[in-house]
Amino acid sequence: MNAPADQSSGLLSVRDLKKYYQAGGLFGRAAPPVRAVDGVSFEVGRGETLALVGESGCGKSSVGRTILRLQEPTSGSAMFEGVDIFSLDRAALRALRRRMQIIFQDPYSSLNPRMRVGAAVAEGIEIHRLAPRKEIPARVGALLREVGLDPEYARRFPHEFSGGQRQRIGIARALAVEPAFIVCDEPVSALDVSVQAQVLNLLSDLQQQRGLSYLFIAHDLAVVRQIAHRIAVMYLGRIVEEGATDQLLSNPRHPYTVALLSAVPEPEPGGGRTRIVLSGDLPSPSNPPSGCPFHTRCFHPLKNERCRTDVPLLRPVAGTLAACHYAETTPQPAEAGAA
Amino acid sequence: MTPALTALQEAWRKPQGRAGAALLLVVVVSAVVGPWFLPDPLAQPDILAGSRPPGLGHPFGTDQLSRDILARVVAGARVSLSVALLAVGLSATIGAAVGLISGYLGGLVDAGLMRLVDGALAIPRLFILLLVLAVWERVPLLALVILIGATGWFATSRLVRGEVLRLREETYVRAAEALGAARRHIILRHLLPNTLGPLLVAATLGVGDVILLEAGLSFLGLGVQPPTPSWGSMVLDSREVLVSAPWAGIFPGLAIVITVLSANLFGDALRDAVDPRSA
Amino acid sequence: MSHVLEVQNLRISFPSGQSRVYPVDGVSFWLNRGETLALVGESGCGKSLTSLALLQLVPAPGRIEPGSAIQLGDMDVLALRGEALRQIRGRRIGMIFQDPMTSLNPVFTVGDQIVEGIHAHFKISRTAARDRALHLLQEVGIPDPVERLKAYPHQLSGGMRQRVMIAIALAAEPEILVADEPTTALDVTVQAQILEVLDRLRASRGMAVLLITHDLGIVAGRADRVAVMYAGQIIEEAPTEQLFAQPSHPYTQGLFASVPRISGPLRRLTPIRGTVPAPSAWPSGCRFRPRCPQAFDKSEQEPPMLPIGPDHVMRCWLADTPRIVAADERTR
Repeated sequence: MNAPADQSSGLLSVRDLKKYYQAGGLFGRAAPPVRAVDGVSFEVGRGETLALVGESGCGKSSVGRTILRLQEPTSGSAMFEGVDIFSLDRAALRALRRRMQIIFQDPYSSLNPRMRVGAAVAEGIEIHRLAPRKEIPARVGALLREVGLDPEYARRFPHEFSGGQRQRIGIARALAVEPAFIVCDEPVSALDVSVQAQVLNLLSDLQQQRGLSYLFIAHDLAVVRQIAHRIAVMYLGRIVEEGATDQLLSNPRHPYTVALLSAVPEPEPGGGRTRIVLSGDLPSPSNPPSGCPFHTRCFHPLKNERCRTDVPLLRPVAGTLAACHYAETTPQPAEAGAA
Repeated sequence: MTPALTALQEAWRKPQGRAGAALLLVVVVSAVVGPWFLPDPLAQPDILAGSRPPGLGHPFGTDQLSRDILARVVAGARVSLSVALLAVGLSATIGAAVGLISGYLGGLVDAGLMRLVDGALAIPRLFILLLVLAVWERVPLLALVILIGATGWFATSRLVRGEVLRLREETYVRAAEALGAARRHIILRHLLPNTLGPLLVAATLGVGDVILLEAGLSFLGLGVQPPTPSWGSMVLDSREVLVSAPWAGIFPGLAIVITVLSANLFGDALRDAVDPRSA
Repeated sequence: MSHVLEVQNLRISFPSGQSRVYPVDGVSFWLNRGETLALVGESGCGKSLTSLALLQLVPAPGRIEPGSAIQLGDMDVLALRGEALRQIRGRRIGMIFQDPMTSLNPVFTVGDQIVEGIHAHFKISRTAARDRALHLLQEVGIPDPVERLKAYPHQLSGGMRQRVMIAIALAAEPEILVADEPTTALDVTVQAQILEVLDRLRASRGMAVLLITHDLGIVAGRADRVAVMYAGQIIEEAPTEQLFAQPSHPYTQGLFASVPRISGPLRRLTPIRGTVPAPSAWPSGCRFRPRCPQAFDKSEQEPPMLPIGPDHVMRCWLADTPRIVAADERTR
């Protein structure tokens, strides 16, 4: 299913990325900043897919946008093909945009409603002058065919298409500049189940054919399993666990990963595994808990004072990296006293 | 079917839109072809006869200088409509440019431009125009158009800026930025086309405003100068004979009302057509 | 067991150009007391419209076609008007919607909105209503209910808001709760919480629940029966265990084959080819025919609901053709 990836050549390397948003400040009162991304590090190799998984407010979308410099980071570094992304000037950044692209979540707002599909797909080609004017229609046609659409569609407007088709158009647009790396920001979350499957297959095939790398941002672990070589789980702006897909899904070491996994609804007769229902609410990212960010909702039997004072760092535990002081003994759903 | 055509089509479907558009069309068509069939609006064939009531040969009657009123109303339509279209065109262009730049670039540029607009909006437009025109005797038509246009863009720029503030958060603008588009490209290719809707509505409604403005200025003797006929100056001229020859004032007055009303009706219908579908 | 709700041949039409289209085209089902029926389907299948029809909330210019029947116990819902209709809305059939962000009024406190729900159907004092509201918040599992009563919607998280929605719906103590995609906008861990609340309440109050969703996963283990909708019709219906063990309609099978699984062997997803047709372009004969891998000559006639097992029906000619490949071979 997932083509073996060449992990030797790191394509993207992110170190200690932070993105804080300044909140409020109305009437001069400075509110604590929202710590959307709070020290994230990871690598993506050529031809591989790293999934960034988490629930709303964990900061995964911010990571995606920040490494593309659609937002400026607060601190940290990101190197792409050896180039420091955050220190590029405008012209160099534009050149970088050919190599790193993005696909968005909402198929209904990611295309300009007043632009014909062909023009949207060709936009990147025109901006970077990748082909003479006469050749553009042919290129656009080829791209549309590559994503499974009729080249005739180039003349139509976005509103004439379904969500799944619009996502394909968005993919064609990203491919037009021939990138090496694509941030997929929840590309299938807004799609129906059968359409989701079509787009996932398409992304997978494109990866094989073009040797693309993906940073696949999602909240659905089942979806991610289909396409990711490695998974990084985020909670409150930090990565709490990271590892190879099979490994992480079969033997999760961080309690949050365990809870997340158990909550995934499964279409099996009888309802599947017992679920761990987390107590409480997600803490506010502008006021994260001290020590381990997850300790307020953690169900680990060994949870103690240390969890409240010491921030656990990602460390190797039984084949994955987990940020938990007691990751060796994290209970699995059957033992954890599920709801 | 482009979004622009669909909007126009929808505006046509509403009864008030149709009425407005139809009336406007009548006014425009008569302004364009009328003068070929009508007597010279400046001719004073029979001054001694004075004003004649509406009848054969003079459907709207004649004024005190025996000029045919229908011909003058139609000629006045040409003048008023051209002034309105050109002035509104100028306002819309300046307003859109300022609004787009201010809205997308933000920061100091935005702050500076908007403070300018705030200041300008604080001074009544009519006041400025009166001041300038009172000093400038016999202002040429082109200068009048520029003056009206140059004083009418402030509200439009705020309107466009508001739209741009909303639009620039749209995902497709993000996508264009991600593709490496320059700011100019984003403004012209993505923002401007999506502000055309509200802009067009503002412009259509603005046409009514300008016609009233020009008529008012001409009525005060400050706008369109004789001998060029203008509805406002026609009403001014008719003051002396209002009791004995009311048709001299009624017809130009009616022309003003009908044109402004139809522009507003069509503008409203256009706004309804554009609003719910603005992406 | 008498049916607490019975829908017969529901058809809803919308004008389209000169003629009308039927996004809901002959839907029939029933609900028993204390059971959960899941209505499953993708966008455009008509499931939401069906739920709106139960309370005569179909938006204009849509209308419920004559020939449709909705029986609430012994009452004909479609014949009700005005005050009588208002009486059943909320009081006998309650509804919760998908997006808790927009379903709550941002300018009123949570307490006010629950009390409003109570006062719409019960003439009790403000203090009594407030107490009941407090009790409801506890029932739906909101911590610090006294504090929360005074909170505004924007101060609560998505999961909390959805619980408030449930509390408001329960305030009128309905016999039937219609939940239209109640967890779609929520994170998966919050989803689990909300579904657990719904389960608990259903058991304690003996409510019947109509759960509308596109997510097969949340249906498993929570619904007693499942009805799958496609192109305005129910195309398969069975007790949940049955449906999951033996999905028989090719569309249902296609759905199962295209859902990514968290466990089990990893295999390439097999999506259903083609796209969902629009109501203005329902295919003739069997509506799934253009996309069906098992279409054959008889598919050109529109199939009725045919039985294929105890309590298991499907709208497919394959039901009386011994050609059905065993579901295990198809989806495993």
